[in-house]
Amino acid sequence: MTTVCHRPEGLEQLEAQTNFTKRELQVLYRGFKNECPSGVVNEETFKQIYAQFFPHGDASMYAHYLFNAFDTAQNGSVKFEDFVMALSILLRGTVHEKLRWTFNLYDINKDGYINKEEMMDIVKAIYDMMGKYTYPVLKEDAPRQHVEVFFQKMDKNKDGVVTLDEFIESCQEDDNIMRSLQLFENVM
Amino acid sequence: MAAGVAAWLPFARAAAIGWMPVATGPMPAAPRQERKRSQDSLIVLNVSGIQFQTWLDTLERYPDTLLGSSERDFFYHPETQQYFFDRDPDIFRHILNFYRTGKLHYPRQECISAYDEELAFFGIIPEIIGDCCYEEYKDRRRENAERLQDDTDQDHAAESSLPSMTARQRMWRAFENPHTSTLALVFYYVTGFFIAVSVIANVVETVPCGVSPGRIKELPCGERYAVAFFCLDTACVMIFTVEYLLRLMAAPSRYKFVRSVMSIIDVVAIMPYYIGLVMTDNEDVSGAFVTLRVFRVFRIFKFSRHSQGLRILGYTLKSCASELGFLLFSLTMAIIIFATVMYYAEKGSSASKFTSIPAAFWYTIVTMTTLGKGKCSISKMLIKKKNEGKFLFLNFMNITHFFFGLCLIDFFPYEHHKISTASFFFSQLPYTLFCFPSLTVMNASSFLWSLHASLETPVSSERIKKSRVK
Repeated sequence: MTTVCHRPEGLEQLEAQTNFTKRELQVLYRGFKNECPSGVVNEETFKQIYAQFFPHGDASMYAHYLFNAFDTAQNGSVKFEDFVMALSILLRGTVHEKLRWTFNLYDINKDGYINKEEMMDIVKAIYDMMGKYTYPVLKEDAPRQHVEVFFQKMDKNKDGVVTLDEFIESCQEDDNIMRSLQLFENVM
Repeated sequence: MAAGVAAWLPFARAAAIGWMPVATGPMPAAPRQERKRSQDSLIVLNVSGIQFQTWLDTLERYPDTLLGSSERDFFYHPETQQYFFDRDPDIFRHILNFYRTGKLHYPRQECISAYDEELAFFGIIPEIIGDCCYEEYKDRRRENAERLQDDTDQDHAAESSLPSMTARQRMWRAFENPHTSTLALVFYYVTGFFIAVSVIANVVETVPCGVSPGRIKELPCGERYAVAFFCLDTACVMIFTVEYLLRLMAAPSRYKFVRSVMSIIDVVAIMPYYIGLVMTDNEDVSGAFVTLRVFRVFRIFKFSRHSQGLRILGYTLKSCASELGFLLFSLTMAIIIFATVMYYAEKGSSASKFTSIPAAFWYTIVTMTTLGKGKCSISKMLIKKKNEGKFLFLNFMNITHFFFGLCLIDFFPYEHHKISTASFFFSQLPYTLFCFPSLTVMNASSFLWSLHASLETPVSSERIKKSRVK
């Protein structure tokens, strides 16, 4: 049990920095504090929480990438401010911000480029999380095919890597993606 | 855990952004809830006048309990806008904590049946009690069940006897519970009487009884009235034999009966007589025969059937066997150490009484158990300035004596017992330096006191209860 106890900044400051109202922040914080009384989440807890939402598959890899995306300071722990900032972007942010965050998630080594290996890892992690009970049942090389389709769509200059601009541009051209992004508004 | 995680649902949904660009089709819309999550209201629960407040969400975490489902609407009190429950507020505190933390705890001071009732009322299954309290809960429940079982057994026993018992079972029941029938009671008292008579006869037959004509020395009564005592002995032994055989016949498990302590005592009590009958004519073994008569004194242990207190003493010794064993072991260790040291210390001196280490054993034992027959108290040392060797090691032995007393502390699980025992033994320090005999008295009393205390402590009384024979 870690003895580190972290208290977030005041409610007003957080309200100013994020797009949530005070009430929403209160609800979020109570949930956060309930699972992590010490005020910070470490990767293990993160994985456990995420695994409870996806009991049929193995969500640990995807949770690992998610954790790295949440942990902006890259120090192995996610404070409430980080948590709520990320949620603010994902649920209340602009399209541009959301896409940028997603790019950050895919870019595992944070070098500004997504290459095929990183994409393979991500897609494989997603497939693991879905488990065996997908409909329709996925074939063995489905991840590879998926990555090929993705790169064909996203990689404009065909140099084997996807940059942030290519990614944002490609996503804005795709209607499905735009429509899906709208759905996140109504989550909270 | 699962319920608390529900608060993280927005996070889980937001994380879905990760696979959205990779998806080949559009994402389905998130299911809308009838009640918006942001509506978070406080709910007031009035339990026999004590007000508890919590968020509605907290209670909703466990929808299959009374508080989490619509069942609580039955208890809504519109005038005060509260939910009123006419139950125990102390136990309710734990139930509400279950909703808050997801862990159900069992408080030690609460009665187990009251607690179970509250759990049943609020629709919470006891199996979810957390690991920290689960052992305690299970133990208490088991004890309660046993107690109820005992009570019903006693009630059944107090009622009219079962008609379907065979004669053998009835006889066994008569032996084990003398109060069940008049005949059993009579038998109980008759055997008790004969045990007493036998013991008294053993004692009296060694008393000098006056001079018989033609002899100079006084005869003990046993030899003067040999025939009378022999008849008495025969009668007692006959009664004991009959009793033993009847018990053997009636016992439900003969093998178990033969192995039990009481039957062994019975056998040891009557064996010497029969051996004596067989061996009267043989002169060589008559010495051994006389020794065998010593075993007749074991008849006094037959009183255990008649005295519950004696049985409890036996069980106490049995249940504290490990501590007693340790005491014996450490005593032996110290005896060997000190005897060796003393032997070698005094080897040079010609006046030494310690001709060998085993010879030193006797002296060591006697001093350490504070009988003081070694006739060497430290005061005498100081006054007469005798052998230095003895003085030095006497000191060591006195110190060891304290540690044996402290070993007795092992018997006591409670702090205040330990402290009082320790202080008792330390207070003896001045006495050991100057006067041995008073030590004996103090040690005897401390032993009895510690035995009494060990009977009292819940640890040993529970052990006794577990090994109790009705």
